[in-house]
Amino acid sequence: MSTQATVHQTKWWSGGKSPFNLEYGKVMMWYFLMSDAFTFGAFLISYGSIRFSQNFWPDPNAVFNAFPGAGHANLPLAFVSVMTFILIISSVTMVLAVHAGHKRDKKGVMKWMVWTIVGGLAFLGCQAWEWHHLITGELATVVDGKIELIGQTMRGNPWGELVHGPELTAALNNTSHETLVSLVHSQHHSNTVAELSTLSDAQLIKLVDLTEMHIREKGPVAFGGYFFGITGFHGFHVFSGVIINIVMLIMTQKNVFHNKGHYLMIEKAGLYWHFVDLVWVFVFLCFYLI
Amino acid sequence: MEHATLSPEVTFEHHHSDAEFKKRIRKTTILLSVITIIELAFGLTIYTLHKSDVNRDFLILCFKGVVCILTMAKAYYIVSVFMHLGDEIRNMIMTIVVPLMLFIWFIIAFIYEGNSYKNLRNKYDLHFKETTMPQKHGAAEKLEEKPAEKSGKE
Repeated sequence: MSTQATVHQTKWWSGGKSPFNLEYGKVMMWYFLMSDAFTFGAFLISYGSIRFSQNFWPDPNAVFNAFPGAGHANLPLAFVSVMTFILIISSVTMVLAVHAGHKRDKKGVMKWMVWTIVGGLAFLGCQAWEWHHLITGELATVVDGKIELIGQTMRGNPWGELVHGPELTAALNNTSHETLVSLVHSQHHSNTVAELSTLSDAQLIKLVDLTEMHIREKGPVAFGGYFFGITGFHGFHVFSGVIINIVMLIMTQKNVFHNKGHYLMIEKAGLYWHFVDLVWVFVFLCFYLI
Repeated sequence: MEHATLSPEVTFEHHHSDAEFKKRIRKTTILLSVITIIELAFGLTIYTLHKSDVNRDFLILCFKGVVCILTMAKAYYIVSVFMHLGDEIRNMIMTIVVPLMLFIWFIIAFIYEGNSYKNLRNKYDLHFKETTMPQKHGAAEKLEEKPAEKSGKE
């Protein structure tokens, strides 16, 4: 065994060739990705650590249940599965681009690179919509004994525990006139805001249908920071991946790789792109599934 | 398939026939999609279990464990097939995989740390316990919360 290993080592490590049988740039890309994996890993583990240190954590199915164009329908996991499939498919088109590169098929590389870029942009669009929806959302939440309409931000989130009974009634009585008007308006679309504003607080409270609303307390503050921080850092990777892919597409078009005689740069860009997909698999797990 | 010599340092390249390659990619794509669909099914099951009043905390924890394992399987296929790490020589694979073993310690240590912090706070900071402890227990929290309650009574 030991002699075999020595023979093997002298074969690979005696100089004159890459002991990993890989081109330098590709080896370095692998090491960069490994270090990046530790960065993402540290973020996600920190999130896990904070989550385990809390008695209560928001249920992801209550947070991520919206779908573009579906209004207030409760569709847990639907939109994020679309995002996941977009990334998987764009990963596959990247594999096909790399394969076309092996065959030095310029047209094939360009075709599959374009599809990969389209997939990346679609993913970024989905993420932009999701962030926008969470930040600008107006959810009735009990804050300091009264109801306020808040969205998911870095300062707080409306995904705490459900509030019932006397606590909720008390909160309703302390709520400001404007908030009551918009609460009633969200349930009775037939009345205009101007009409409702003329009513007294007591009349408005009678109009609020509490059985239809799920009013919660504010949830753990850390939730927003981790969600926006980690998905934002991943989104930044997707964005830079798209930029790299666009540069690769232009270089392919200008025959840079054709003249060099190989398409190794496409392989390195491909490694980065697959890594982005890989990270999403874990972000998907940590934020949306468990 | 003619390959130009990439560099004098690289002595061989991965030769896949076109048909073999296409078959392999198709298989992996289908596999990844199917695993994702199974994961989503588990996610929805957890959601319905959360909503019901019956206490199914242990079952939910098991489902979450299964989802974690499925994610590891997905990661393996992406790295090994899409990133071609499985096709590289053993030395290369090891320089990537061995450092990643650190994650085993990393995850266990920090999750344990977070959990321990929660238990200590529940024991010594009653304001924290009263203001944050769920009344109607969500699923995952309750399992870890039991030892905390016990230590609180001591």
